[in-house]
Amino acid sequence: MSPLLLFIAATLRISVPYTFAAVGASLSERGGVINIGLEGMMLNGALAYTLGAYASGDPWIGLACAVLAGTLTALVHAGVTIGLGADQITSGLGINLLALGLTKFVLLQVFHSSSNSSRVVGLPDLPLAGIEHLPALGPVLAQPMVLLAVLLTLGAQWLMFRSVFGLRLRVMGERPEAGAALGLSVVWYRTRGVLLSGAMAGLAGAWLASEQHSFTDGMTGGRGYIAIAAMIVGKWSPLGAAAACLLFGAAEAMQITLQGSAFPNELLQMLPYLVTMLALAGFIGRAVAPRAIGVPYDPEHHA
Amino acid sequence: MSAAPGVAQAPVAGAASRRGAAAWITLGAPLAAVTLALGVGAVFILAIGEHPLEIYALMLRESLGTGYGIGQTLFKATPLMFTGLAVALGFRAGLFNIGVEGQLYLGGFAAALAGIAMSGAPAFLLLPAALAAAALAGGVWGAIPGVLKARFGAHEVINTIMLNFIAVAMVSYAGHSLFEHATVRTAEIAPAAALPRLDILWPALRGSPANFSLLVAGILAVAVGVLLFRTRLGYELRAVGLNAPAAEYGGVSIGRTQVVAMTLSGAVAGLGGVNFVLGYKHWFELGFSGGSGYLGIAVALLGRNHPVGVLIAALFFGALSYGGLVINQRVPRELVEVLQALVILLTIGAQQVFERIARKHG
Amino acid sequence: MAQPAASLRGITRRFGSLVANRNVSLEIACGEIHALVGENGAGKTTLMRVLYGLLQPDAGTIEVDGRPVRIPDPAAAMKLGLGMVHQHFLLVDTLTVAENVTLGREPHGALSGYRREQAEREVAKLAERYRLPVEPASPVSRLSVGAQQRVEILKALYHGARVLILDEPTAVLTPQEVDELFAVLRALQAQGVTIVLITHKLAEVKAIADRVTVMRAGEVVGGGAISELSIERIAELMVGRPIPPLAPRATRDAAIPLLEVRDLAVRDSRGLPAVRGVTFHVGAGEIVGIAGVEGNGQHQLIECLAGLHAPDRGTIRIASRAVSGRSAREHFEAGLAHIPSDRLHRGLVPPMTLAENLVLGLHRLPELGPGPMLIPSRLARRATRLLGEYDVRPPDPAARAGALSGGNQQKLIAARELTRGAQVLLAAHPTRGVDLGAVAFIHGRLLAERDAGRAVLLVSSELSEILALSDRVFVMYEGRLVHETLPSRTDERVLGLYMTGRADAGAHA
Repeated sequence: MSPLLLFIAATLRISVPYTFAAVGASLSERGGVINIGLEGMMLNGALAYTLGAYASGDPWIGLACAVLAGTLTALVHAGVTIGLGADQITSGLGINLLALGLTKFVLLQVFHSSSNSSRVVGLPDLPLAGIEHLPALGPVLAQPMVLLAVLLTLGAQWLMFRSVFGLRLRVMGERPEAGAALGLSVVWYRTRGVLLSGAMAGLAGAWLASEQHSFTDGMTGGRGYIAIAAMIVGKWSPLGAAAACLLFGAAEAMQITLQGSAFPNELLQMLPYLVTMLALAGFIGRAVAPRAIGVPYDPEHHA
Repeated sequence: MSAAPGVAQAPVAGAASRRGAAAWITLGAPLAAVTLALGVGAVFILAIGEHPLEIYALMLRESLGTGYGIGQTLFKATPLMFTGLAVALGFRAGLFNIGVEGQLYLGGFAAALAGIAMSGAPAFLLLPAALAAAALAGGVWGAIPGVLKARFGAHEVINTIMLNFIAVAMVSYAGHSLFEHATVRTAEIAPAAALPRLDILWPALRGSPANFSLLVAGILAVAVGVLLFRTRLGYELRAVGLNAPAAEYGGVSIGRTQVVAMTLSGAVAGLGGVNFVLGYKHWFELGFSGGSGYLGIAVALLGRNHPVGVLIAALFFGALSYGGLVINQRVPRELVEVLQALVILLTIGAQQVFERIARKHG
Repeated sequence: MAQPAASLRGITRRFGSLVANRNVSLEIACGEIHALVGENGAGKTTLMRVLYGLLQPDAGTIEVDGRPVRIPDPAAAMKLGLGMVHQHFLLVDTLTVAENVTLGREPHGALSGYRREQAEREVAKLAERYRLPVEPASPVSRLSVGAQQRVEILKALYHGARVLILDEPTAVLTPQEVDELFAVLRALQAQGVTIVLITHKLAEVKAIADRVTVMRAGEVVGGGAISELSIERIAELMVGRPIPPLAPRATRDAAIPLLEVRDLAVRDSRGLPAVRGVTFHVGAGEIVGIAGVEGNGQHQLIECLAGLHAPDRGTIRIASRAVSGRSAREHFEAGLAHIPSDRLHRGLVPPMTLAENLVLGLHRLPELGPGPMLIPSRLARRATRLLGEYDVRPPDPAARAGALSGGNQQKLIAARELTRGAQVLLAAHPTRGVDLGAVAFIHGRLLAERDAGRAVLLVSSELSEILALSDRVFVMYEGRLVHETLPSRTDERVLGLYMTGRADAGAHA
């Protein structure tokens, strides 16, 4: 099999969870809510997939549980930041720590191990027109989650820039008082952006657990932060975020390809982080955040 | 992301008008958060069939009731004092330094390298050199996002997170040639670079790993307090954090102040690495920081960005950490991680609720 | 006349201990242009926010078209046919005109997809009907201030407004734009739209309004048909007493120039020219006033003179020291004091104490502590003295600056700036939004500064203030000083003509 095809296949596989999380994050952040809590939402999603699949033996029930768990975690973030108006970055960090502790606690109660779950089923392939027989790429493209990632990216792009909801959501991230003055609920639009983000982070977690057929503690390993970075490099748009995820995925795939060679792995590991810092400093096209991002909406203050 | 972190800034229009109300929020919100978190924790304890009060009493007794327990609590609290002070210093200047984790990690690494490389040097030089190396490494790592913010307006939150990951990768890379064969740690530092255990001053702590890093933390807390509230630089730092345009009007360079604040914050965090490296194991090992940087954010938050508050909050979190180990037979110690996270979320939530109440009755 | 379009009865609204509206009643007749006037802080905007559902009254009732209504939020207000154009436009820069106008009632397809073209067509049609020239597909960020205001009006009309509330609509407009706005308002009136105009500019009230209501300190103090009220009478109602005669002033000879400005040009934050080459000086013992409609470059001029904004070209000398392009700190050190126009943004750190605020910019003074130290007790001692001297209330060094009233905040800044021993004082809108007692106090202090031989540059949009205090007067228009005169040789009417670019500028500049 051609090394290039294998490399592309690895890139796609690695990019899937990043894409779900980063595309979702763009919906939260375009609405004005920073979502550093992706990591925790993914982690809870991964555990929920494992529990759902373990209890029912059905991976689709696991998937539904993951989406629900991600959404519920996002609801906490929404409550603290939108409901109470507390700092978004701190809340996100709190949620990450909470998920880290909570998942281990539950893991211990259910599987009597603080590091590993039992083995669970993974999501089945979706053989469409024999796609799974393609060399190297087949097994990846036949994954329903790969297709779903593509569909959700395109769907989010449409939602953000072509739908009434997206228009209003962007208003809440730029000038919430403009929306409020027209009778639109800042709380409700922002909350939906955050919840969508949580649901997609849940999907990302489900993919990780399904790939590995189990849950291990801290298994997201910082992927939530990379997803945030990808969304910034992608300039807060779903398509841009997905493209950045592919780039970051390629950097990781390269590490696998070059494993054992003299090239230091760690330098490739740093690549996404360095790219993000350069993007933020304006060296790779200016990354401009929505204007009202991070600012709690206070009707008394803005009125 | 261009927004300033809201944590450090009291909302201008909604600032509690009376000092009594302000004090009420300052003390009330953290206390309410801790109480609520313990309440939620009690539900968890009940859920696994244990008695909450018994468990909490056990934690309290073991972490503060014996000399050894106190020593353990102090040992766990020490790095949190450093990271809490570092985060607080950033917050005061309106900067959210999430990079304390990486700064502490690099600080520990640099201290170990210095302690190994200069092993021929006399003790009176070696220990200060190792401490300086830690501060320097952390300071440089803090200065980078400071400069990026001042020069390019790049938001420090994302940059510091990125730098945390970069620090880990860098150290791993360096480790290929530096670590002992088939381990993830360096060689031992020269004995002269080690910080002594505290039990030489306070015998009751015998057996616990509490060491002189605690005294360094105490000195730093005083220094940070003096810096913030008794010096011209501290005044500038706070003015930039509370209202940057007014500081600029007052002739303060915002960019320069931000770089200074991030550098100092990083240096304080970097020094935190010595607790483990110079005071406990006497070597550096991969992943030794174990999240104490992130917990520093919780400590600063709970301690209201005040040095005294930070020390108290660090002791509380240290007691929780050690208490978690003690109860592990009956309740998983992961409960403590849940409690710590809950304290963060509930503190910022309670603060908002208290401020709203104060505004309504102001 | 038929039943009123809207009426408010006995409205009371408090903010904490402050009563913004006290038992206010107001009736707005169908099809009229109704001016709601009063000084800053008189409660005009609060009242209109109550009507528009942005604030809930603590007491009182509202009727629209003769029916009692509750207006819990702006959506309810819009359903009742009320529309509001805020002083700070509520437009989203990154969106187009059509997106801004249709927001909240967007034309959409089956899947809730936004129909861009239909929206642009509808907005174009509406714009034509009300003769409001706009380009529906243009991003709002590219529009002039006047055009943005038209978008706001269009937005209200799109959402079905029959009563249009405009909050200080002319504050940000150029004179031409004011004329255009008034033409639009008359056209709207002709089509049956009722208009409420919040303003404190009485010439405008006289020019456009049918009826007027005057508010002072949260209460309605008078009003009636515009034909029955003179400007002087309205002004008296607004301030609550006859307008004080101008303070007597000794004429002075021109003295040593302490502030010298030569060919200074400054750009605004968008990079557009705001100050287009001004040359003037202020001598010792002299107050030079710069009059002008806000937004003609005064703000950038002051920020540049204070070292907060680098000039494009030109030189500034403070007490013969060239400081242009240097830092704010070097400006201070050369001998500058500055009362900034926006006290909460620039002049104070609201969460800090009064003692701390009193050393802002002075915190490097050696007497405040040895070396790098700043000793709190010395700050407090200094504060106690200054707070008494400048009558700041409460005189508590440990109180927070944010907790003071506007007038006391301004006195706090004056206490700091007037005691720094500077040769040159910049005073930008020093009495904006402060109570009358504080106005008199600050005016007295500015005159005392002049008499002590300092050079004072006063920028204000209040002509009475400019005329009462200045020894010489400039008029700034579109970034240039278009007119120089003496207060004794001019009056508000003449200055107004220059300020609005209607006088022949070339002959005098």
